[in-house]
Amino acid sequence: MYLHKEETLSRPQIEALQLERLQWTVKHCMNSPFYKKRFEEAGLTPQDIRSLDDLQRIPFTTKQDLRDNYPYGLASVSMDKVVRLHSSSGTTGNPTVVLHSQRDLDEWANAVARCLHMVGLRPNDVFQNSSGYGMFTGGLGFQYGAERLGMLTVPAAAGNTKRQLKFITDFGTTALHAIPSYVTRMYEVMEEMGIDPRRDTKLRTLVIGAEPHSEEQRRRIEEMMGVKAYNSFGMSEMCGPGVAFECQEQNGLHIWEDYYIVEIIDPETLQPVPEGEVGELVLTTINREAMPLLRYRTRDLTRILPGECPCGRQHKRLDRMKGRSDDMIILKGVNIFPIQIETILMQFKELSTNYLITLQTQDSNDEMIVEVELENLFTDDYARLHSLTREITRQLKDEILVTPYVKLVPKGTLPVAEGKAVRVKDMRKTF
Amino acid sequence: MTIHQLSIFIENKAGTLLRVLELFKEAQIQLVASTIADTVEYGIYRIICSEPSRAYQVLKDAGISVALSDVFAITLDNEPGRAADAVKVLHDAGIGITYMYSFLLGGKGILVFRTDNPELTREAIILNSLSFISEKELV
Ligand SMILES: [Zn+2]
Repeated sequence: MYLHKEETLSRPQIEALQLERLQWTVKHCMNSPFYKKRFEEAGLTPQDIRSLDDLQRIPFTTKQDLRDNYPYGLASVSMDKVVRLHSSSGTTGNPTVVLHSQRDLDEWANAVARCLHMVGLRPNDVFQNSSGYGMFTGGLGFQYGAERLGMLTVPAAAGNTKRQLKFITDFGTTALHAIPSYVTRMYEVMEEMGIDPRRDTKLRTLVIGAEPHSEEQRRRIEEMMGVKAYNSFGMSEMCGPGVAFECQEQNGLHIWEDYYIVEIIDPETLQPVPEGEVGELVLTTINREAMPLLRYRTRDLTRILPGECPCGRQHKRLDRMKGRSDDMIILKGVNIFPIQIETILMQFKELSTNYLITLQTQDSNDEMIVEVELENLFTDDYARLHSLTREITRQLKDEILVTPYVKLVPKGTLPVAEGKAVRVKDMRKTF
Repeated sequence: MTIHQLSIFIENKAGTLLRVLELFKEAQIQLVASTIADTVEYGIYRIICSEPSRAYQVLKDAGISVALSDVFAITLDNEPGRAADAVKVLHDAGIGITYMYSFLLGGKGILVFRTDNPELTREAIILNSLSFISEKELV
């Protein structure tokens, strides 16, 4: 049932462990020039952290801090203890670097193994990791985690779909990790090649993540592949995969609180939001030595699901990511996330998965235009196209509280969004 | 009584229209009749042509949003008032016309239309001895 005893901890036990590990982490952080200076500036000493509530006295760490101290400025151990680094390239400024000691890598592998075990994978499974290797943490992160669990692990990496499918059939792959859009691509190629995933493969578990997707998209993937698909959450600043993962209930992602302390804040006021409300995820690592991060602003938006999970684990559950706080659209004073729009659009069988949101100023009013592709021309009757448009508009308005202009366009006319690309074009005039 | 019609969903861009016609030219498909209606956002281009099934495949392979469906086609003697007579037949039977267009073929008028009740329409055409055209007679 459980891989690690940490999974079975009660809330008071989790919190006691967290305090102990937080105090160790804060003390250890004083080895890094960056945190030493931060604490001095804030007039704080490690001894001031006496309870979990004291965490809020510590200043936030941001991605900018990582860039400014590129590459080794946040190391809390001497560099001879560092055995690996992962780097993510930024579109602006310096990339960011995350450093790992051997102990960090071991604990990372343990966390990923715990996640994979939680969704029912066992040493007799064959795990194919169709994820980019190299600097991208989804490659090595899942590789070591899956091996730690004892599975035969195929480092298929990304791309060459036909070769991927040959691996799946030849090696008897039972579990696959890929980004959701790549799973859809695999299925298309399977269809072209006459492969029926239910009949011709042993696949039964999919791990999907790294790319925001809606519940509808997950259900579509499960249906077409005949598998259970579990949502994975990670980020390179927190090692990579293994931060939070769905259990077999598929209702929220357990975040491992023996590794992280979770806060949800309002990205504007920086204050904690009331329990259960959406805000920016802030994480403090408490089980890492080479480069611990205190109150790291992830920019990911989510909320903590209230109540207990039927699986029995008391580690908090994060809701599916609602997008990035950077992606948030403020229109007519309302906060809107692109994923809200995507979720509604996915419910219409008549539409393809491609869409484009354009914000523009018309007669000094800001308006939202949502262009969606018709999957097939299911009718040539204008009245039915108009009623479809009206229904989409109505449902979007119910969700985002402003009325968008919905425009149907032929399939293939919108730019294809690749990977994490955000489908928002902001052309508003700012006064 | 019914013939195949292609419906193409296009954004209001002249380019798409040209592309469709060029594809027809390349594939040696003959256009018999066509009509385009548009709204602010988009238009539907409706086509009667030779070899509609092949035409459908050609367009689909080219990534064009296209549907193939059946529409009614009746023939009218080339004299005034015949179209009104035909429409009256449908009207009297309580049939709603979704859209309609017409063209000339070999000295006869052809009236193409879609209704809200195909069953009743068939019946009305037969009971009132309206003459109709089959796909073979088009080209
Ligand atoms: Zn659970």
